[in-house]
Amino acid sequence: MIDVAPEQQDLKQATIAEAIADLKMRFPGAVSDDTREGYSGVIVDKAKLLDVARYIHDALGFDYLSSATAVDYLGEGVHSSDHIEMVYHAYRTSGGGALVFKTQTDREACEVPSLTPIWKGADFQEREAWDLYGVRFTGHPNLRRILLWEGFHGFPMRKDWKEAYYESDHKPFESRWPAGHVHRSEEKTIFGHNVVYPADIDLSRLSDVSDASIYADFGLGVDAQRVGGSEGIATDQIMVNMGPHHPSTHGVFRMLMKLDGETVTSLEPIMGYLHRNHEKIGERNTFLQNIPFTDRLDYISSMGNNHGYVLAVEQLLARGAKWNPPTYRTEVLRVLMVELTRIVNHLWAIGFWLNDLGAFFTPVLYFIQERERILDFFETVAGSRMMCNYMRFGGVFADLPDRMRSVANLLNDRVRDYDTMQFLTEMINERIPRTIDELDEYLTTNDIVQVRSKGVGYLSREDAINYSTAGPLLRGSGVAYDIRRADPYSIYPELDFDVAVEYSGDMYARYMVRLKEMRESVRILKQILPRLEYTKGESVTSDFAYSGKVPVGEAYGRVENGKGELGFYVVAAGDKKQVANPWRYHVRAPSFINLTPLGVMSRGAKVADVVAILGSIDIVLGETDR
Amino acid sequence: MTGSGFIKGMLLTLRHFIQTYLDDLRYGFKKYSPAVDNFNERQGTRAEGAFTVQYPEEKLAMPERFRFIPFLVVEDYDHPDRPGKDWCTSCGICAKVCPPQCIWIVRSNDPATGRPVPEPEAFFIDIDICMNCGFCAEYCPFDAIKMDHDYELASYDRTTNHIFDKPKLSKELKYWKTIAPTRAVAEAQARGGWDHKDAQKEARRGPKKAEEVAPTAPSAATREEVRARKAEADAPKPAPAPTAVAEAPKSASNTAEGAKPWTESEDEKEKRKAAALARKAARAAKRGE
Repeated sequence: MIDVAPEQQDLKQATIAEAIADLKMRFPGAVSDDTREGYSGVIVDKAKLLDVARYIHDALGFDYLSSATAVDYLGEGVHSSDHIEMVYHAYRTSGGGALVFKTQTDREACEVPSLTPIWKGADFQEREAWDLYGVRFTGHPNLRRILLWEGFHGFPMRKDWKEAYYESDHKPFESRWPAGHVHRSEEKTIFGHNVVYPADIDLSRLSDVSDASIYADFGLGVDAQRVGGSEGIATDQIMVNMGPHHPSTHGVFRMLMKLDGETVTSLEPIMGYLHRNHEKIGERNTFLQNIPFTDRLDYISSMGNNHGYVLAVEQLLARGAKWNPPTYRTEVLRVLMVELTRIVNHLWAIGFWLNDLGAFFTPVLYFIQERERILDFFETVAGSRMMCNYMRFGGVFADLPDRMRSVANLLNDRVRDYDTMQFLTEMINERIPRTIDELDEYLTTNDIVQVRSKGVGYLSREDAINYSTAGPLLRGSGVAYDIRRADPYSIYPELDFDVAVEYSGDMYARYMVRLKEMRESVRILKQILPRLEYTKGESVTSDFAYSGKVPVGEAYGRVENGKGELGFYVVAAGDKKQVANPWRYHVRAPSFINLTPLGVMSRGAKVADVVAILGSIDIVLGETDR
Repeated sequence: MTGSGFIKGMLLTLRHFIQTYLDDLRYGFKKYSPAVDNFNERQGTRAEGAFTVQYPEEKLAMPERFRFIPFLVVEDYDHPDRPGKDWCTSCGICAKVCPPQCIWIVRSNDPATGRPVPEPEAFFIDIDICMNCGFCAEYCPFDAIKMDHDYELASYDRTTNHIFDKPKLSKELKYWKTIAPTRAVAEAQARGGWDHKDAQKEARRGPKKAEEVAPTAPSAATREEVRARKAEADAPKPAPAPTAVAEAPKSASNTAEGAKPWTESEDEKEKRKAAALARKAARAAKRGE
């Protein structure tokens, strides 16, 4: 380890304001404050970006790049010149707020130095920005499209790009009311009218070559598209595609592996098979309309997704004149829901990880029994088991009902009726802890689990931070970084719980982190129960109108979700003080960014282990591909 | 000891296996019989062993807040004054707030004056697009659109069956009272009675004045109208007669065989509507005499 000069040691403790002042002093002319209304952080000259970023990482100690994303500022409003902006949120793993720095480039040349030499976690995020915005990152080792396929025409997140069946820039659509004569989009908006073909394309000679470059870059020197013939592949290494349709990949996810016998020598994750351009949809939507869409990201923990998004928008709303912050009971209900969700998420993650290890469905079915009861609770309170759509800006959908009562409607319906608080108390004090104990007893000392998972899928502490991993993956590598403690939100500061952390960095450590975290969640829930009792009667409803508007500015809301840090970068921009639709809506998806080190973790492992390593990261493709 | 963890795991599996059969013993091998009322225990927090629901012989009833595809509330078909009248005023809030934009509304206009009438001429929901978020019901100022509980909607042809029109969407207020008894009561209390807001307003104004006002009744087309309506909603209103609100019907008993309790053919609906209108005409005639 290199000795750090004492003054530099101080800089690593400096507040954000001090850090910014120091940056401006070190790089005069290259760093300036972002003075736009409602914006924060600094704007860095892109020529100096790499130097500034290195200084931020090395000297100022912002070792964790949480989010890197692009924004296309085109036309109207506060942003007089059209440009594309890269926005970076860097944090310290010792805790504290974000140092936000941005760099601007014009929309034509659109070139920015890559930050992958400093934070490897920028890898996938920069590829995403290239894919969706067309930002060329000089120095990026593998700048290829990531969610779309090679050969896709255009950059879909740019403001002047229009999707198939495009109707108008913003919802609500004019065609729905008052003369809403129903039609299917394919009847009125012909698909072909919205599709732009490159000038030199010959539609009669189309063939899929999108994978050719992936195979070529993979370094085998074999043209895999033309394998066959008499001699076959003259190599002792072979290339294997696992997925996209493979039961072990938890969805439509593909891993391209180079194998030496059973041993993986290199692996590249390929994704995007479930890509639906969630962010573009989000920018067409109003702020309110995005809430149910966030359910569909990580559909195992929709309550957590709701929470992240409303926190981001509430930051913007808080600057407005008429703003009622959420009441205490609202916060209590939110924490209740997200902690139950965390338990569901971890039960699910451990269960499916065991499937990957070969314990086929027996343990996962035991866990699902608990999950069912929790989902019954969600269904009673929020109206849906998985697509909860529960949180609102400054409130929640509704308070807990007194009784969890179902109503007979269909033939053969069997009715249930429980007291809500009694149900919750029994779940939290008895049932869930009992299941966790059982799981612990069943698995922690199980020989097969230990042999299969100890020392497999190793990720070092330095790599875990540098690759921007989050959640159990990060904490399993010995970094005690939990946003509920490091950058607290909601009522977490007053709650008593420990950050689960393990130091061995392998699959077993991740399993142990999840196990401990469930116990901590139960601990939190036990503190929530009395709070639910004494806040009874407090209002929890939101006063955000159906056509509500949001003050202009930017906000980054992040929560510790079951899978890791879920962040929402939301920009409200326009020529008015308040706008109804987000200008930029970006999801910092833990399932996506946690896959960045998959190749590193899998190198040297056996094929059967790769399946389990993927399971130990715990991804949901709805969030990975967005 | 090597293998001890493995044995522990097998014992646990065995325990779960035995628990599954303990329930059978407990209920005298009639665990799944409809005659034995054990669903609350079998699906509750104290349940052990298998928790399977034997669909379709038995189904989990839905809680009140459950949401699956909206329906339009209409006045009961045997309502004395307004049988089958739409509660929807075609203000368009549901269509505007709908995240996937699956609601289409044609507002009706008075042919004589050309002014909008608070009644939808046509109302469509494309249930393939609907994401069951419930915003339409949540933001409707007239309690006129509600989320349904009927999730058994599979059909063979999406192109002809999956755009619901007004007749298909309309369900009586009675139905809403059945599937969501406590919410229906709470909403009625907030409205000031079981009747539609506008109907109550008319009742307060008296029949003659109501006739003049009706065609221009608000449709929330402008901000002023919305504001005016809000002010009105905030104004203190007479509490509903306790008896009127307390009469919320109990859940329909599910003894009927075959059909869903609430399915009724169009003919039957029309018959009930016609009968109610005939009764109304008879009353009017009587009054006239």
